[in-house]
Amino acid sequence: MAEISVVLPSVLQPLAGGQSILTTPADGAVTVGCLLDSVTGTYPVLARRLRDETGALRRYVNIYVNGEEVRRLRGLETEVSAGQEVLIIQSVAGG
Amino acid sequence: MGCMNASESFVLAIGTKKGLWLATSQDRKQWSFSGPHFLMSEIPSIGIDRRDGRTRIMVGVRSEHWGPYVAHSDDLGATWTEPEQGAIKFPEGTDAAVERIWQIYPDAESRPGVVWAGAEPISVWKSTDGGEHFELNRGLWDHPHRSEWGAGYGGAAAHSIVVNPAGDNVHVAMSTGGVYRSLDGGTSWEPRNKGISAYFMPDPNPEFGQCVHKIAADAAVEGRLYAQNHHGVYRTDDNAENWESIAEGLPADFGFVMLTHPRRAGTAWVVPLKADGERIPPDGKLAVHRTDDAGATWKRLDSGLPQSEFNAVLRDAAAVDSAEPAGVYFGTRGGAVYASADEGETFAEVASHLPDVLCVRAAVVAGAPVTAAASA
Repeated sequence: MAEISVVLPSVLQPLAGGQSILTTPADGAVTVGCLLDSVTGTYPVLARRLRDETGALRRYVNIYVNGEEVRRLRGLETEVSAGQEVLIIQSVAGG
Repeated sequence: MGCMNASESFVLAIGTKKGLWLATSQDRKQWSFSGPHFLMSEIPSIGIDRRDGRTRIMVGVRSEHWGPYVAHSDDLGATWTEPEQGAIKFPEGTDAAVERIWQIYPDAESRPGVVWAGAEPISVWKSTDGGEHFELNRGLWDHPHRSEWGAGYGGAAAHSIVVNPAGDNVHVAMSTGGVYRSLDGGTSWEPRNKGISAYFMPDPNPEFGQCVHKIAADAAVEGRLYAQNHHGVYRTDDNAENWESIAEGLPADFGFVMLTHPRRAGTAWVVPLKADGERIPPDGKLAVHRTDDAGATWKRLDSGLPQSEFNAVLRDAAAVDSAEPAGVYFGTRGGAVYASADEGETFAEVASHLPDVLCVRAAVVAGAPVTAAASA
């Protein structure tokens, strides 16, 4: 079965057992929200770093699909297809 | 780092805007530091719990990127544990998310395992397993006043929790709702702000809405508490039914800190700031003020403190320990931390040039030698 990959920033990799890429099988398109549910299902601490308990993406967590940040698309409802790569990158904000 | 062989030692925990520092000492003069732990995360709250035969340090951690969580260490910071499912999170249906943990408050010796927390958005939480998992206090969350509670400049938070060790009284202070009291262990809550001015509101004496900065209980007088407000220092002797001003004799009635002695009646400390427009020590000279008569008179304490200081001291950036005489500790937004082993008579700078100090806690660790904390 085809897969979708999620690429983690280095700072989050310890929360995923040291992995830099998490993959999940997918028959067709899935939403980014469902994708996060799937790849973080066994990593609850990682899940909480990305989204709060209402399910909302944290303010300075950015998710890119095909180079587009999902807030400019349909947010967590943005669809991702098998074979695509999803990037998680934190904002370069703060001081 | 090595082992200490004293029968009594001290732990000092310093939470800053960019991490946590831990220190141990045998004499409260020489301190051995570790840190930063949680580098680049702010530490707005610390609880040191010495019950259940161990010293557990609990911290509220908040990353701007990755959000807030609670972690604890039973080995003075050598290792940290974050409960996998999260210690504090709003239940489904509340449609709320934790922003920051403002207070971690271990309950009395008689209630081991019970730990309270105050959070933003305004909420109170209770743990019965030593701070590993907390439950939302629904009585306060569902209070009909909640929609009218405002947010202080730092956020909308329940920042003070005071539990009567002998009974079911719980007092909570929040910005900007004022003081709320429960007589049934936290099931139901009523505002208790009579006598506290809210000069910034159309009605300067509202039932609630006061901007209380910190409350603390007198350890030796039942029903006596002290409050440092946004312009106003107060005392109650009747379990918060009525408050009266005790600001006379202070150089300013603004400030964030309110500390009380661990045992002795009538002794409390504040750190006045000029305010409202100038949030600096009066005349730029840093001083702690102590009362030994429940606020009738105040004594300026500045020995060992810099007499050119323009940084504020935040509400939880000060603490006392339970030694005899009591130790007094505080940190500034300029990253300096001062310690006194004689109840504030003389201070010494024990850390400098840290990030903004948000939170300070200190404890006496008795008995077996304590291994100094490892770097994290």
